[in-house]
Amino acid sequence: MNTSSAKKPSARFAPWDNPDEKPLVRFKNVTKRFGSFTAIDDISLDIYEREFFALLGPSGCGKTTMMRMLAGFETPSEGIISLGDDDIGAVPPYKRPVNMMFQSYALFPHMTVEANIAFGLKQDKWPKNLIAERVEEMLSLVQLRKFAKRKPHQLSGGQRQRVALARSLAKKPKLLLLDEPLGALDKKLREQTQFELMDIQEKLGMTFVIVTHDQEEAMTVASRIAVMDDGKIMQVATPEVIYEYPNSRYVADFIGDVNIIEGRLDHKTEEGIQLAWAEGEPEIKIANNASRSENENACFAIRPEKVHVTRDEPQGVDNKIKGQIDDIAYVGNLSTYHVRLSNGMIFKAQESNIRRLANREFTWEDHVWLSWRSTAGVLLD
Amino acid sequence: MDRKLGRFLLIGIPYFWLFLLFLVPFGIVLKISLSDVAVAIPPYTPTFDLDNGWEGIKAFVGNLDFENYVWLTEDDLYWSSYLSSLKIAFVSTVLSLLIGYPLAYSMAKAPSEWRPTLLMLIILPFWTSFLIRVYAWIGILKTEGLLNQLLMFVGVVDDPLHILNTDTAVYIGIVYSYLPFMVLPLYSALEKMDGSLLEAAQDLGCTAISAFWKVTLPLSIPGIIAGSFLVFIPAIGEFVIPDLLGGSDTKMIGKTLWVEFFSNRDWPVASAVAVLLLLLLIVPIVLFQKQQERAQEAEQ
Amino acid sequence: MSNRFTWFNTTSLTLGFVFLYLPILILVFFSFNESRLVTVWGGFSTKWYAELFKDEAFLDAALVTLRVALVSATMATILGTLAAVVMVRAGRFRGRTLFSGMIYAPLVMPEVITGLSLLLLFVSMGIDRGFWTITMAHITFSMCYAAVVVSSRMVTFDSSLEEAATDLGCTPFQSFIKVTLPIMAPAIISAWLLSFTLSLDDLVIASFTSGPGATTLPMKIYSQVRLGVTPKINALSTILILIVTMGVITASILTKRTEARRKEDERMAES
Repeated sequence: MNTSSAKKPSARFAPWDNPDEKPLVRFKNVTKRFGSFTAIDDISLDIYEREFFALLGPSGCGKTTMMRMLAGFETPSEGIISLGDDDIGAVPPYKRPVNMMFQSYALFPHMTVEANIAFGLKQDKWPKNLIAERVEEMLSLVQLRKFAKRKPHQLSGGQRQRVALARSLAKKPKLLLLDEPLGALDKKLREQTQFELMDIQEKLGMTFVIVTHDQEEAMTVASRIAVMDDGKIMQVATPEVIYEYPNSRYVADFIGDVNIIEGRLDHKTEEGIQLAWAEGEPEIKIANNASRSENENACFAIRPEKVHVTRDEPQGVDNKIKGQIDDIAYVGNLSTYHVRLSNGMIFKAQESNIRRLANREFTWEDHVWLSWRSTAGVLLD
Repeated sequence: MDRKLGRFLLIGIPYFWLFLLFLVPFGIVLKISLSDVAVAIPPYTPTFDLDNGWEGIKAFVGNLDFENYVWLTEDDLYWSSYLSSLKIAFVSTVLSLLIGYPLAYSMAKAPSEWRPTLLMLIILPFWTSFLIRVYAWIGILKTEGLLNQLLMFVGVVDDPLHILNTDTAVYIGIVYSYLPFMVLPLYSALEKMDGSLLEAAQDLGCTAISAFWKVTLPLSIPGIIAGSFLVFIPAIGEFVIPDLLGGSDTKMIGKTLWVEFFSNRDWPVASAVAVLLLLLLIVPIVLFQKQQERAQEAEQ
Repeated sequence: MSNRFTWFNTTSLTLGFVFLYLPILILVFFSFNESRLVTVWGGFSTKWYAELFKDEAFLDAALVTLRVALVSATMATILGTLAAVVMVRAGRFRGRTLFSGMIYAPLVMPEVITGLSLLLLFVSMGIDRGFWTITMAHITFSMCYAAVVVSSRMVTFDSSLEEAATDLGCTPFQSFIKVTLPIMAPAIISAWLLSFTLSLDDLVIASFTSGPGATTLPMKIYSQVRLGVTPKINALSTILILIVTMGVITASILTKRTEARRKEDERMAES
């Protein structure tokens, strides 16, 4: 799976770690109700300038409502949304320095590409020559100069997506909202476009907020991700932290694949703590977790790629469990082994297929050992 | 404030128009149906007179009665008009279905590049004058008309058939005029039917004909119902067809109303006939509405 | 399912369309009859057309009808579009059920009732009957058809287009004018054409609501037909049918062409 993008490592971009930094967008105890249904439940959230911020969650989690409140199509029932120093909660969409790229692109079918891009500028009464200049600039940015005179239906899906992007960027908004911007594209084009979006964001130095249900997309493009569920934010963090240190079972489960073992904590030492999870099985050693105490119920989460599968009992490892291969999912570069443990639980382990298939080590029903380091997983509630 | 005013005007203008020119007139019809005929302009009494204040209103209300309705129940003419309207509308609907179904079915089964043209050919008569289309049949159905000339030439009959100015001519006229209303919903029901359903039925052992009875026909029932209502409802109140093609003994309620109004100048009775016609129509209209709602739900 | 013409389909299509079109063709055919009789062929002649154009009463009636139709179709389209916006966009308001009832009721109302009720309204309001009363009556029932045509297109309208316009700086009113109306234009045009035809066609309502000096063409035809069949009516009918047919065929060819061009464009865009 794709993990995070490589943001320039030299100067780490992390305004959220700097207490002096002022956020560009601030949600303060925002609640949104539709009749008796609570779509957004008391959310507070800061988004900083030049961030590429992702709202990630399943459909109906409230991410679209968050975005529509930023665009001005919905007003919060309670709480304050501010942009810079201004409270924008009640400002109508046409008076906000915020633009949106719609999921359906919402290109005006009766206007050419050019006219679509110029639409917002004309609305703001820009002088003619400046409009022409800006439209040119936007067309070159999205590499559509040849298509200026075409109508939307004469463009392919990918081209329409770029027109929509150019149109929403033309007014130089303080904040650009992208509602599932790549949802209508096929997988290959989507991956390519993700990188284009990141390049454009970097080049223009703008603040982007993207709404998506696709976790890979969020991991790839975002500087930070807010994982949402049921009108609440579950975790806000960089993609690395979300993946390696999820703060809840929900987040661990939603992002990527994970094995979760429930048990009781035991044997707390300087190095870490242990989890008793099944009769007659060695306890699982987990490093750190100084805040945890013995006899608490907890669950242990570990990603399949951090678990090794070996035929012989491994020596000098922190954790090892015996099991039997139940199923093998071969996807080319990787194989995922579904290993049945003594208590009947299925444990997933992933290995890169460095060798060709014919030389594969394991097959169904083989008895194998699973092993991992004590730092490989995390403890969750 | 600005938006509120805009919204008020947006709703208010069409609302006011319809209220004034659709709803208020019905109130007036209802009122006049309770009045008495008079030799005056307008030809009914009492008329509303606000100059006399409250007393005037009391006198006005006191003079209203159900006399016209009693009259309608007593006179055979009206009873038989209502019943024969229902009968003619029903027979015409059945005939339209019998003619329209094979037509719609064949259109739906035609090669797809032909369908828009066929559809246009069905819709085209809609745009030509109703009156002209009814008129066209007079020349055909007359005693010395083309149909009789043809029948006698072929030798089917020896003496010309008397068709014009009978109920038969009215049936022909209604079927002819309203056939598109029947064909269009049938066609849309049949056309969107998944062809693989028929293949599945045949795969499971149906012959082509039994597959029609067991799959196609039941699935087209919403179209049959919609089409039937669309013919039945306007046919009940029809005036032009019974007037031009029907005979003096063809009684239809629309025609009775017209005669009562224009020839007898009995506005109160004409109004009472209108009120009862409306009551007669409410049942099929409500049924139709219910069916449409169900069909819409089924589609979601 | 094989989509070929079977003999059954061919037969029923042929019979069906013969039934629909033969009477009209016969009507047209006999408009060129030399004889006064419309059912016996007496040789080719265009004299009935010449006579028709000499008849001032017919020309007057045609003029009245055209004026009524133009005014009422235009007003009905405006009011009907407003009503469609109310039905699709206005959400809840007091009297909404009554409003949609008033939109749909005239569609199923027998014309005799609509005509009678409007006449009684005009009489009790003391309005002189004539051109304007016919026009108002036509506006009332046409606007309901217009509202249905426009609203059925409007429900499929992608509201994110309007949101995009507001997002780019339009007030709701501006976005309606700049985005919604142009996209809705085809539906609005067909609403106008439908209203126009309904008005041209109407006999019953016009008979109730007209007064001295305002006779429409259908009223004129009706009174002539009641007196007996004459080839002059055939000639007039032929002209009307010709106009309508040409209009409908042109319109359908135009839409077919734009549709084809659109498909071609889309194919090229994807390749």
